[in-house]
Amino acid sequence: MISLARKRQNKWTMVVNIVLIVLVIIWSIPIIGLLISSLRPQDDVLNTGWWTIFKGDGDFTLNNYRRVLGGSQATFTDAEGNVLRASGDNLSQAFINSFTVTIPSVIIPILIATAAAFGFAWMVFPGRKLFFTIVVALLVVPLQISLIPILRDYMKIGLTGSYLGIWLAHTGFGLPLGIYLLYNYVSTIPRDVFESAFLDGARPMVIFVRLVLPLSVPAIASLGIFQFLWVWNDLLVALVFLGGTSDVAVLTQRLANMVGSRGQDWHLLTAGAFIVMIVPILVFFFLQRYFVQGLMAGSVKG
Amino acid sequence: MCCAGREVALPAGALVSYSQRGTYMTTIERQGKPTSTLAKLGRIAFSVLVLVGVFFVLWVGFIFLRDSNAPQGIIAIIAIVWGVGGIALLFWVADWVINRTSVTTAKKLQPIIFVGPALLILAWYLFIPTVRSLYLSFFDAQSKNFVGLANYVFAFTDSKMRESFMNNLLWLIIGTGGAVGFGLIIALLADRVKMEKVFKSIIFMPMAISFVGAGVIWRFIYSYKPAGEDQIGLLNAIVTFFGGEPQAWFTMPVWNNIFLIAILVWLQTGYAMVIISSALKGVPSTIIEAGRIDGAGEFRIIRSIIIPFIAPTLITVSTTIIIITLKIFDIVFTMTNGNYGTEVIASMQYKQMFRFYHYGRGSAIAIVLVLAVIPVMWYNLHQFSKREGF
Repeated sequence: MISLARKRQNKWTMVVNIVLIVLVIIWSIPIIGLLISSLRPQDDVLNTGWWTIFKGDGDFTLNNYRRVLGGSQATFTDAEGNVLRASGDNLSQAFINSFTVTIPSVIIPILIATAAAFGFAWMVFPGRKLFFTIVVALLVVPLQISLIPILRDYMKIGLTGSYLGIWLAHTGFGLPLGIYLLYNYVSTIPRDVFESAFLDGARPMVIFVRLVLPLSVPAIASLGIFQFLWVWNDLLVALVFLGGTSDVAVLTQRLANMVGSRGQDWHLLTAGAFIVMIVPILVFFFLQRYFVQGLMAGSVKG
Repeated sequence: MCCAGREVALPAGALVSYSQRGTYMTTIERQGKPTSTLAKLGRIAFSVLVLVGVFFVLWVGFIFLRDSNAPQGIIAIIAIVWGVGGIALLFWVADWVINRTSVTTAKKLQPIIFVGPALLILAWYLFIPTVRSLYLSFFDAQSKNFVGLANYVFAFTDSKMRESFMNNLLWLIIGTGGAVGFGLIIALLADRVKMEKVFKSIIFMPMAISFVGAGVIWRFIYSYKPAGEDQIGLLNAIVTFFGGEPQAWFTMPVWNNIFLIAILVWLQTGYAMVIISSALKGVPSTIIEAGRIDGAGEFRIIRSIIIPFIAPTLITVSTTIIIITLKIFDIVFTMTNGNYGTEVIASMQYKQMFRFYHYGRGSAIAIVLVLAVIPVMWYNLHQFSKREGF
């Protein structure tokens, strides 16, 4: 009897495994196809499917990457050893721009959100409940609502196309979730931790810097990764507030432009897409634990 | 994660309930010296001067960054230091100024330092814009003449707008259903095998990819070459392998929407799976065992025990993805630009604003988007107020 049941169980486990493997293959094929294509020479990419490399023919090259990363004059060598020049897409500059936009857009909202979370959780002031209710309501407000009014303000004070403008915009749009997540965390810090500090006569700002910030590191890490991926991958906010000028354009903008101007140059598009993806994917694999925690805090734990 | 999911739905209550928690007041005892009015005024003037000075220094830094021609990398580093340091400096100076006032005033002003900046920014970037967009939505393209409800009439009757509503509905139903459905199935299956972590990681990975990047990946998969040539798009290669005619997928009415939605499902299934999976771990094994002893099969257990138990999580995940589908923009914008009958609301709004410069219509469409999320907002507030201890 028992062995029969176990046999049935084994059969089911195998079926489940096979179904999962099929799903995993379907889910990963798009990325594998992209990576392989980005490494193939132009003629191969444009004339044969990327899966033909599994038949054993076809070369690999880094020229696509050289070209999309290069400036207005990208230099590279083709298969026959000829030195070629072609206009690049200057993604290397966009790469730096993306970092310039992203790093402050992550740190500034975290600083402000942690301070606000501390205030909401551990201070008494009039309107505390009302204000926090507004924060919760703003969690779902689509940022589209702000584009026109904020753009008008920016034009008046000269913030359009500036880094400060987009940092503040990302700060504004990221704050509701940031305050909410950190409030949930900061409010669970045991009361005793603060009490002794207060008895020693510490000011709230000292307590905030010495106690709240260090104690909130796990929550801050989760929120930081969340916000990092959000800002890095954003297209709409960058399009609206950075504008079309190429010297401040971020990676997503450049890639979207490439889709428009190089619609069928798959060897370049795939390389470009991989460059846009590589940082988030590295972050994802090395910091997955915090990322998952952040997601949980954002939805399950509430 | 692809721009999605920052707007969140709160979980159905009771998972966490905060205990009634006391709040404290600052209890700084400072040795107050009797001061004259003049000295007080002097102190206030000095504090204001310091504040103004800090603002001035930051502004000069900003002008330098905006107009300087230094190499890209150096500008980037200075910009980062200036931006992040500036915020920290502002916090520090505000604290310093407040602590120069009397003890009781400092006590009252203390929360302003912590909560004030956040509230100011939220007011500027989200709260007031909602009111301003509402106001602008009653005016014409240049926001000069009052036009009553004309922009809303446009928003609900224009043929492109009606197409967008239908398409967003498709996104909402198929996108949410697909992502949550696959997420649930994969979470349930992965829960039963040894390689759970590996499987889940791979399904989860697309979450890190931007909508634009995913757009390129899938444009490649859907790419089309005339019959007879070697297909380089995977989908057409499969179709021709089985003897079919290659299709230009993006120009097929209605179906092209489904092909776009598939991208969202590919991206968001991982999110749904991770959240559902953690909820599954919370189902008490004793209940499942009891079900087994009563002779329930695996499917019966899933349907009658597990699903009801994780229903609140399913609602939370669904509402989060519903919000994403309501404001879907990047995928449509990069893939079809709303052509061939794939227009969506957010992309219409973008076009009204930046292509036709019709601020009235753009604002009205944004307000329509807000109206669409009000049920979720109400639900969130309801969940939040159910929790005790605030």
